[in-house]
Amino acid sequence: MKATIDKEKCVACGACVDACPQGAITVDEEIATVDDRCNLCGLCVDACPEEAIGLPEVRGPKTEGIDAYRGVWVAGEVDGGGVHPVTHELLGAGRRLADKLGVELAVVLMGQGLAAGARDLIGCGADRVYVVEHPGLVPFTDEVHAKVLVELIQAKRPEILLAGATATGRSYIPRVAAALRTGLTADCTGLDIGEDRLLYQTRPAFGGNVMATIICPNRRPQMATVRPRVMRKPGFDSGRQGVVEPFTPGPAALASRVKVISSVKDAQDTTPLTEADVVVTGGRGLQKAENFKLVRELALLVNGAVGASRSVVDEGWMPYSHQVGQTGKTVSPKLYMACGVSGAIQHVVGMQGAEIIVAVNKDPHAPIFDVADYGVVADLFEFLPALTKKIREERGEG
Amino acid sequence: MHVVVCIKQVPDSKNVRIDPDTNTLVRQGVESIVNPHDWYAVEAALKFRDATGGKVTAITMGPPQAEEALREVLALGVDEAALLTDRAFAGSDTWATSLTLARAVAKLAPVDLVICGKQAIDGDTAQVGPEVAAHLDLPYVTYVRRLELVEGSRLRAERITDLGYEVVETPLPALVTVVREIGDPRMPGLKHKMRSRKQQIPVINAATLGLKAEEVGLQGSYTKVVRVFAPPPRTNREMLDGSVEHQVEALLKRLREARVPGL
Repeated sequence: MKATIDKEKCVACGACVDACPQGAITVDEEIATVDDRCNLCGLCVDACPEEAIGLPEVRGPKTEGIDAYRGVWVAGEVDGGGVHPVTHELLGAGRRLADKLGVELAVVLMGQGLAAGARDLIGCGADRVYVVEHPGLVPFTDEVHAKVLVELIQAKRPEILLAGATATGRSYIPRVAAALRTGLTADCTGLDIGEDRLLYQTRPAFGGNVMATIICPNRRPQMATVRPRVMRKPGFDSGRQGVVEPFTPGPAALASRVKVISSVKDAQDTTPLTEADVVVTGGRGLQKAENFKLVRELALLVNGAVGASRSVVDEGWMPYSHQVGQTGKTVSPKLYMACGVSGAIQHVVGMQGAEIIVAVNKDPHAPIFDVADYGVVADLFEFLPALTKKIREERGEG
Repeated sequence: MHVVVCIKQVPDSKNVRIDPDTNTLVRQGVESIVNPHDWYAVEAALKFRDATGGKVTAITMGPPQAEEALREVLALGVDEAALLTDRAFAGSDTWATSLTLARAVAKLAPVDLVICGKQAIDGDTAQVGPEVAAHLDLPYVTYVRRLELVEGSRLRAERITDLGYEVVETPLPALVTVVREIGDPRMPGLKHKMRSRKQQIPVINAATLGLKAEEVGLQGSYTKVVRVFAPPPRTNREMLDGSVEHQVEALLKRLREARVPGL
């Protein structure tokens, strides 16, 4: 199969040739031709000014009883006994979708000692909280959580399931999607309901250089993950009414082949990278490991996290767990401050989801300035201490 | 032990972008590379084989030219390779891709361990590894940075989490996805390089895997891309000039106007 060209509409302008990443389209004086390299990515379809290009339809078999699937669900995330903030953020997004569809919004909590957390989620917008409590759910394993969630979904049939794109969500949710034989869209940054009642899921691809909107027309539930901090946390209404409904999974669901032997939290005095509102990142411009204290001091002061570029991790100045970028972590904080980071694309793809990017570099031509909202050409060793000092002074900490 | 490592040939994504004026994909200078995360998967597979004995088979699904990616990893010492290629595979989403890969793993049986990179840099979904495991009903461990065989039959793995790391154990066969900390890939050796050029790479198509055309590729996919566009451009960048004191004040003022918490 390949993209199809409408002979009547094609004017041989060549826009599709430039758009095709496979180099699969050629154009002569009259018409464009698609060859076997076409992988049906669809980029030519959007590029064509004449609307002359089409793709064959997705025809996967429909989920049985597809119209009986109703309601929007959030797969809640529990860590260390508390509900992860991404769950609240997803309830904000889920509420909007549920209202648009005119259906119930439910959230699933799996673990132990969840009663207080469950009621709290009703205040955040949930109409119903499914609570699954069992010792087999702690510590978290992909296998048990996936099987329990699959069982619950098969019993209740929601049309949409949202989950956090945390390390946990990205690990077990694909198993849920595969078991249910449905589509899953990772790391969505936009979610909306179309006139056809379908979930329109928008996500970055190619390291954020391209955005794609994706649907799952024939299977249910429609599943999407969303990174923490992408959706806004909803307000809390203590007067909201909702139902807490316990669910007991079958014994087979509670067995995991993978056993957790030990679980260790990194000893760090700063906020974890993926959860911080502010990330202060140091690059090679810091010149040596000891100078990371300038970055750390600022991060601590604003309750932020410390990030590191790949090159400083390679130098051994910071551990890998702090690396931001293609082979490290992807972050989307409110503020990302890149200090002495040149801004190689492999770094940028890990942070361009930040709301505000500040670049501090003494080289005015550093590529990091191309993605920055605010650029500061300055010597780090003057600027960082001055910034830290100013914040301290204003707080009366002199 | 038989280790299968799944790799993907991807466009070098740093060069892929959409021209916001024309809304077309700019592909100037875009070459195909082995997905960077897959080099770590290959290294993990080779290390595991070197420690336990056995062989490593690399598989990839893609157009015929994806064979180059397999030759690149054969040059590092991977023992065998298979290319999954078929016109019917085109347009696969993660479901269809993982189904195809899973069938190929089953065909290579007996397989003790499947290793994937944590994600591919074109789609960044991190879904294919876990979905392959689901199709084969294998236990799996994601984001692995250390791997060892204990008592000849179980796998002990250290996996990173958002807050630290976990040590887990699983029986074999199993699937793992690995991160960079597992170790940087070795350099190609001369002997392997010579071999990699000549080695026969079997080609596997949908029929060989017992898959019908409607089960794979775009037809077998559950998700559909309906629109592709350029991300909203960052609003005009502002350079904060003047003395360091001025720069500090100007920055704080703007960050506070934007209500950045902690300032």
